[in-house]
Amino acid sequence: MATRQTQLLARSLLAPAVGLLFIWMIVPLALTLYFSTLHYSLLDPGSESFVGLENFRYFLSDPAFLASLQNTLVLVGSVLALTILLGIPLALLMDQPVIGRNIVRLMVIAPFFVMPTVSALVWKNLLMHPVSGLFAWLAKVFGLTPIDWFTDAPLFAVILIVAWQWLPFATLILLTALQSLDEEQKEAAEMDGASAVSTFIYITLPHLARPITVVILIETIFLLTVFAEIFVTTGGGPGLQTTNIAFLIYSQALIQFDVGSASAGGLVAVVIANVVAFFLVRIVGRNLET
Amino acid sequence: MARKSTTRRVVISTIGAWFFGFLIFFPILWMVLASFKTELEAFAIPPSFLFFHWTTENYATVQERSDYFHHALNSIIIAGGSTLIAVLIAIPAAWSMAFSPTKRTKDILLWMLSTKMMPPVGVLVPIYLIFKTFGLLDSRAGLIFILCLGNLPIVIWMLFTYFKEIPRDILEAARMDGATIGRELIYVLTPMAIPGLASTMLLNLILAWNEAFWTLNLSTSNAAPLTVFIASYSSPEGLFWAKLSAASTLAIAPIIILGWFSQKQLVRGLTFGAVK
Repeated sequence: MATRQTQLLARSLLAPAVGLLFIWMIVPLALTLYFSTLHYSLLDPGSESFVGLENFRYFLSDPAFLASLQNTLVLVGSVLALTILLGIPLALLMDQPVIGRNIVRLMVIAPFFVMPTVSALVWKNLLMHPVSGLFAWLAKVFGLTPIDWFTDAPLFAVILIVAWQWLPFATLILLTALQSLDEEQKEAAEMDGASAVSTFIYITLPHLARPITVVILIETIFLLTVFAEIFVTTGGGPGLQTTNIAFLIYSQALIQFDVGSASAGGLVAVVIANVVAFFLVRIVGRNLET
Repeated sequence: MARKSTTRRVVISTIGAWFFGFLIFFPILWMVLASFKTELEAFAIPPSFLFFHWTTENYATVQERSDYFHHALNSIIIAGGSTLIAVLIAIPAAWSMAFSPTKRTKDILLWMLSTKMMPPVGVLVPIYLIFKTFGLLDSRAGLIFILCLGNLPIVIWMLFTYFKEIPRDILEAARMDGATIGRELIYVLTPMAIPGLASTMLLNLILAWNEAFWTLNLSTSNAAPLTVFIASYSSPEGLFWAKLSAASTLAIAPIIILGWFSQKQLVRGLTFGAVK
């Protein structure tokens, strides 16, 4: 089928997309690499000079880096745990014979479509405000002391907001996977006298292994670079308590105008993301064969 | 669904699912309610749930004071423009890979996917400086360009998985009848690809509409879409909750409705076909 002519045509059709993506990937990355070896501050133009690995030494030994790396890991880990541990039972529940399932599904998915700046501000003001927020009122109703979320537990507050945004994603993917599970297999297990628990452990859970992996990897890629939620709620503070790697690099680049150090940080972020990407690409690639 | 479902089971799971569904949806509902309150009532403790003085005043104020429509128009132009351009670049590429695959097609697809893995913050500095040099900061064209490139891998992937499902026999029949590749593309492939194309565009529109890294960093006022406009409500303390809610409701309503229509394709698009 593939004559030389159609092959040539196919290649020329592919070329623009490949070319653009190639430039998009190589040029900024090469520039980041180049800047990372310079002493380069936007506040002091004309003073650029080659400093070798000095920026990396500076960025990696900065106490802010370790703090933000820790915050990043806690944020990613907690949101992953929350979305998956809540997503599995929620998906199982929605896979049951529920009256009005479509409406329930719409309600569950909705947060995913809310732009990050809106969800962050609505949670911060309407729900988590220490005096007039709904949570503060609920706490009082139950005779508890309201929590000043963004002062006492700022990172946890950010985690809650981000988890709320990503729970629909995890639930939707797990539900889609559950619905493709062979009903007959479950029936057979039930007929053989398997309890609901053992059906879940030996049939449902193994079936969910792959979608769970996919959820973990894709969420990780997005969660590593959570930015808007921090930008509009805490601005990285108080202190460095909610600064993650993405926010640290942003503040070095566009608040302190230290291009060199921010670029070094950017490359560190790229390396971290690539480790995750490596595994995701392998899983997706395996799926491509079949 | 051959399993018999007892009434008790239906009742319990229905109540449970509705309860948790409502709980998850509640922040959005609460925001919509607040948008119809006066500032005083939005701030009041104990809060009023339904029995407050309903008003649409906030919606008028938001437009008057902050020029909501200017930012909404920016969102439409930026999200729409970047989607359209991405699709125009992606169609030929996906078509070529789906119908004339070579040994390297799989590698190219995976490489495209890997470009999406690059954290935007890793290239923030050079992009910012390039934009500054070429006067693209706070311009719609610049944002269209960036969002288009950022989402191109997803668009190509989704189109590829849809094109792959089009039966080849039909194309071969058209070819036997003497159709050229151009005609094949326009008269045979396009009509069959429209559902896939539509859902690809829809998902991309949603992603571009909600994109909040590049828009926050590269635009301030002229080109600022709704994400940035809403972020401007983050600074002042005090009596602005009802207006924030009204602005937010307007900003998310169209996209939630579009999102609900595209929920089936969402899974496929966001997992690069790994879960269908």
